Amino acid sequence: MKDERILIKGNEAVAFGAADAGCRCYFGYPITPQNEIPEALARLLPERGGQFVQAESEVAAVNMLLGAGACGVPAMTSSSGCGLSLMQEGISYMAGSHVPGVLVNMQRGGPGLGDIGPSQGDYFQAVKGGGHGDHRNLVLAPSTAQECYDFMFRAFALAFKYANPVLILGDAIVGQIKEPVRRMPPSDAVPAEALIRSTASWRMEGYGRRGPDGRPRLLKSVYLAEGALAERNRLLAQKYASMRAECAWDCVQTEDADLVVVAFGSVARIARSAMRSLRRDGHRVGLFRPVTLYPFPAEALAALAPGRRFLVLEQNLGQMVEDVRQAVFGLDGPAKVLWHGIMPGLFASADDVREPMLQALGEVR
Amino acid sequence: MDAHALEAALRPADGEKCVFDTNPVLNERLTHYCPGCLHGVAHRLVSEVLHEPDLAPRTILVAAVGCATFTYDYFNVDGLEAPHGRACAVATGVRRARPEAVVFTYQGDGDMAAIGLAESLHAANRGERITSIFINNTVYGMTGGQMAPTTLLGQKTTTTPEGRCLAREGGPVHLAEIMAGLEGVAFAARCALDSVAHVRAAKKALRRAFEVQIQNLGFGFLELLSSCPTNWHMDPVTAARHVAESMIPVFPLGVFKDKAAAPSGKPSDAANESEHTAGGAADA
Repeated sequence: MKDERILIKGNEAVAFGAADAGCRCYFGYPITPQNEIPEALARLLPERGGQFVQAESEVAAVNMLLGAGACGVPAMTSSSGCGLSLMQEGISYMAGSHVPGVLVNMQRGGPGLGDIGPSQGDYFQAVKGGGHGDHRNLVLAPSTAQECYDFMFRAFALAFKYANPVLILGDAIVGQIKEPVRRMPPSDAVPAEALIRSTASWRMEGYGRRGPDGRPRLLKSVYLAEGALAERNRLLAQKYASMRAECAWDCVQTEDADLVVVAFGSVARIARSAMRSLRRDGHRVGLFRPVTLYPFPAEALAALAPGRRFLVLEQNLGQMVEDVRQAVFGLDGPAKVLWHGIMPGLFASADDVREPMLQALGEVR
Repeated sequence: MDAHALEAALRPADGEKCVFDTNPVLNERLTHYCPGCLHGVAHRLVSEVLHEPDLAPRTILVAAVGCATFTYDYFNVDGLEAPHGRACAVATGVRRARPEAVVFTYQGDGDMAAIGLAESLHAANRGERITSIFINNTVYGMTGGQMAPTTLLGQKTTTTPEGRCLAREGGPVHLAEIMAGLEGVAFAARCALDSVAHVRAAKKALRRAFEVQIQNLGFGFLELLSSCPTNWHMDPVTAARHVAESMIPVFPLGVFKDKAAAPSGKPSDAANESEHTAGGAADA
């Protein structure tokens, strides 16, 4: 790996990031707009002694991920929209049995078959669990091809740190945009060998590998004895609470801002362009971009609330706005949350979001 | 008492001859199976095959959902749980991550032939080095006796109160024959657990179903005709007779495919077919 910049799509950056982060197994089923991920990994993983399996369905893919994750091996799948819907049962099992794994959702328009354009309509599914029972995924939202690369390292590290599914929530723009990417592991990257070592106390491997005193192990999510499931859920709740330490966000010119736009992923980039032009016209606009969508950086957002208003920009019918309202609920001061939705299926420009931002500024004055 | 201590305690004293023994692959826990259920016989056979030779230390069991959900409670091997129908997909992930392990699934007829048919056939078609044990008792046991994909024509279940009708519910699925038709399947057979002779034949077939995995030949599949006295509303003896008289005529016994039937000195095909797992993904 040389320190050079290569021109690749966000999807390819995901694949390179996964391979460089030490992903050993990929399981997936083709779906647009993320096909460059499996296509790149079909070459990259076998070259490195890893495994690539084109599954017969997303249902099969996520369960293969469950199997490989249960063996303590860095493994991943990727899909979009409807594919993630099909995976939810398996994700719930992974969460319930503390199995690590990385899943990528390059969102497409919905509901139903929708279209293959950009959307942030799977926000709720991603950050509220998505499957049956109480469970949470750690969710990272890249907005550039570089972040697609970098976040794969973080995703595997977090998946193994918490023995939990980690979801990369991109969209058709993030996946398809072609940008220069520096293909260098981030300085805090955890080597794959260390990830694998961290699983020594629970992974499936055959008890004979654990020496003469090795005893059989069991990984499961079913707890039928009285009180056993409640105890399991208590453990999960503790784990989810401890994940708050992973909150990450990006603030751009929020210090002097009257209006803070809250946006993630590709929409944050569109908002930033509009923000720059408004700044040139003398408007004090800032941007708050959640990088982790779960845990949601609520405290950091709340800290901005005094004296400011928020405009939530997202490409859906109103999802993240609920988390923003929750974050600033009941705070003293004039904190007020406005919302503007870009309809899934549109390719929005900075001009499209300039008007709602101006309107929001008007309300500030 | 752990398995090794149990084995020691039951060792015959001087002058005694051991005619039947526990084996350390099955633990001493009481099973949840109903009286007369043949899961216990199937478990015993699997445990014997994993004990001679000593495969258990490198075995990973992928359990299914149904009466077989708690299989992992009885086998002294590493075990994990798969969602309903997905055991062969989970086992694929395990196999790809751990090329050196012995991997098997243990699934009922609803799990493998209804909700999990796609995962089962595709894992088989890829020639995953997995052994799948398919318990066919023509009924959903755990949920209380509903129609299974293998329910016999005319058989009354809680969801076919007038009996299964070909025109309405289709006919029983013959999974062993379907499996035999797939390129990746190295061994496919159907045996029954209703008599001593059939149990002996089942053990032989079970051994082959594991051997093809270990020899890198591909997917090993064994269907076992079993009984469900509870949901058939029969006593165990009548239920075993029902297997012989009503099931075997519909589900013929036999080995439908055995790629390894040729002398074991022909590993050339095996080498090619195992290429996709040659690298392996696990740690050193």
